[in-house]
Amino acid sequence: MARVQQVLALVMIITVGTLLISAVSLTMPTFGSFPQRQIGENMENAIGQQILENAKRQTGAANVVTSVVWGYRGYDTLGEATVLFTAVVGVVMVFRAVRRPE
Amino acid sequence: MAGMTIIVRTIARLLFPFMFLFGAYVVAHGHLTPGGGFPGGVIIAASFVMLILAYGIEQTQKRAGFVNAEVLESIGGLAIAILGLLGLLMGGLFLQNVFPLGELGHLFSAGNLPLLYLSVGIEVAAGILLIFYAMLFASRGENE
Repeated sequence: MARVQQVLALVMIITVGTLLISAVSLTMPTFGSFPQRQIGENMENAIGQQILENAKRQTGAANVVTSVVWGYRGYDTLGEATVLFTAVVGVVMVFRAVRRPE
Repeated sequence: MAGMTIIVRTIARLLFPFMFLFGAYVVAHGHLTPGGGFPGGVIIAASFVMLILAYGIEQTQKRAGFVNAEVLESIGGLAIAILGLLGLLMGGLFLQNVFPLGELGHLFSAGNLPLLYLSVGIEVAAGILLIFYAMLFASRGENE
C-alpha cells in the first residue's frame, strides 16, 4: 500500500512539474521583456512608465515611491498599516494572557 | 531589568536624541527622500528600545516618563482613517488628495502624503514599542 502511494506521488510530482515547466516556457513573456498593459488609450507604455512620467504632476511628491505607496496605491498601504495594527494587538493580547496565568 | 554598565549608558544617552531626530527626519521627509513612515517609525522605536535596554525600564520610566504607546498606536491608525474620510467628504474618493499640492521638493508639498506618512510613523513607532513593552512585562513574571 505504501509502495503504491509512493509511486502515485512520484507520478503526480512529475506530471505537475512538467505542466508547470511547459506553462512557464510556453506562455510567459520572454526573459527581460516588461509586460505591456493598456492605460486609457495608451497601448505603448507600461504602467511603470506612466507613473514615472505623471507622478510629479499628479501627486506633487518628489519621491515617486511615496506617490505610488500613498497616492496610487493608498488602499494597499492602508491595509498594510491595518496588518501591523492587528499584529501588534495580537502580540499584546498573547503576552498579557501569559502574564496572568490564573 | 537592571540596565547595563556606565559605558553603555553614556553612549545610549548621547546617541538617543540623534537617533530620535534621524527617525523624525526620515518620517517628515518621506515624500522627498527615500524613507517614510515605516522605516522612520522603526528608527524612533529603536531609539526608545536602546534607552530601555541601557538603563532598565524602571529608571527610564522614572527619568523620561512612560510613553503611552497604546494611545499613540490608536491615534496613528485613527489619523489615517480620518484623512481617508476627509478625502471622501471633500474630494469624493476615499484617501483622495484634497490638500493643495504645493511646490515640488518643498517640505510642505504633495497634499496629504506627508500627513499620512506622519500618521504611519506614529503608528509604527508606537506599535514596535508596544510589542517591546509586552515582551518586557511578560518576562518580568508575577512579582510585578
